Amino acid sequence: MPKQHKILLLDDDEQLLELYQELLQQLPSQPEVRVCNSGARAIALLESEPFTLLITDLRMPKMDGLQVLAIVRRKYPYLRIIVLTGVLDEEYRSRAYALGVDMFWQKPSSTEEFTLFKDCIESLLDRDIAHETGFRGMQNKSLVDLIQLEALSQSSAVLLISQGGVSGKIWVEGGEIIDAAAATFTGEEAFKVILSWKGGNFEILPAEANRPRTIHKSAQGLLLDSAQALDEWRGQQAGAPAGSTTTILNLAPSNMSLAPLARFEGVEFLVTMPVDEKAGCESWGIENAHDVAEWARTAQKRLWQLGEKLGAGELTQVSGSGWQRHWALTADDKKGLLCAGFRRTLPTEKVEQTMKHIFAKWVS
Amino acid sequence: MGILKKKTPREPQRLPTGTFTVDAQGHVVSSTVPQAVPPEVVQEIGEAVVSVFQGARKANVAFSEMTAQYATFKITAREMRGGAIIFLTTKAPRISIS
Repeated sequence: MPKQHKILLLDDDEQLLELYQELLQQLPSQPEVRVCNSGARAIALLESEPFTLLITDLRMPKMDGLQVLAIVRRKYPYLRIIVLTGVLDEEYRSRAYALGVDMFWQKPSSTEEFTLFKDCIESLLDRDIAHETGFRGMQNKSLVDLIQLEALSQSSAVLLISQGGVSGKIWVEGGEIIDAAAATFTGEEAFKVILSWKGGNFEILPAEANRPRTIHKSAQGLLLDSAQALDEWRGQQAGAPAGSTTTILNLAPSNMSLAPLARFEGVEFLVTMPVDEKAGCESWGIENAHDVAEWARTAQKRLWQLGEKLGAGELTQVSGSGWQRHWALTADDKKGLLCAGFRRTLPTEKVEQTMKHIFAKWVS
Repeated sequence: MGILKKKTPREPQRLPTGTFTVDAQGHVVSSTVPQAVPPEVVQEIGEAVVSVFQGARKANVAFSEMTAQYATFKITAREMRGGAIIFLTTKAPRISIS
């Protein structure tokens, strides 16, 4: 017996939801049609049960359709997605397709358009996406491949690449890489930082007109330089004695204050907070540094006070691990607080050891 | 000559050891910590741990396990559906010899 398809309809217009629910339930495949009127509710429903197709509006309060798409496409690569909007805007269309939607439809306004729309839905439901290979979000392509494709097609776009809590951008104009930005780096250094990431997500955004050019090397030249630097680093890693503190690829300019600390193995981010709380924080490799700094200060203070009450001695280190990364927090009376994030694959003992080395270097 | 009362030295407070679970509000749900440990001490540890987990979630650095290492004490905790299971262990202080 063929599996019954399940469609989720997302729109803030209740009347429209009722109308489309009734229409779609009449499709030959007789799908089950669920409705919701907010992005958050849609995401919750998608998490709780499997759906075949999501049909979403774009203009909605609080969480708009593009935000929903960005989340949903990443989490459910096999979910078919149709945008159904009353607004025909080329920028929205290209962004929606860049986010990996299957179709972009203006809301039908005649019987014929409704019939066409229903035919499209039916054909989309019939496709066995789970066994298709290729380019949905280009998940099976390396960053080098993506950049070469952009260069070959001589297109103009902005590649937004994200890895964990960090993201970077590469500006491409007429097939040439003209600029890059990642964390606190720009230009060629930022390009090399992004190339050193082993995995993540990407989006192709519309090109930005009048972006100043900071990279003058050809795409192939940049890729070759980065590949050479990565090979040299891998060679160093292979030859490093066991248990020693090794360095990551030296992609950080030497004048960045936290760059020397970021060279320790496995470091994904750093946040330092001086003793004076009003002085703000410094960071490397993380976007929400202020939120992390605020949390780190509060956590350190709370646990330190607890230790004082218990008579447990000095609070030497706080550390943790989650599905994304490890982290560690340690304090110095004069320098302040240091919080570091480490890649998830680094063993816990290595995290503690590396944090001690980083801390020693920071206070020296 | 008055009777001298011999003052016995007061025993210093022992560090709590054992395991306990707390709910999302930090209230103790179950515990193997000895009853000699004041319940408010256990409660305070639970509240501190839960607040660290919750603060991390808000700051987008959510994690499932944490360890707070003191000179003579260690708190290890694992987040569980908003609450936590918390392990308390003592350790001998490191004495530096110069």
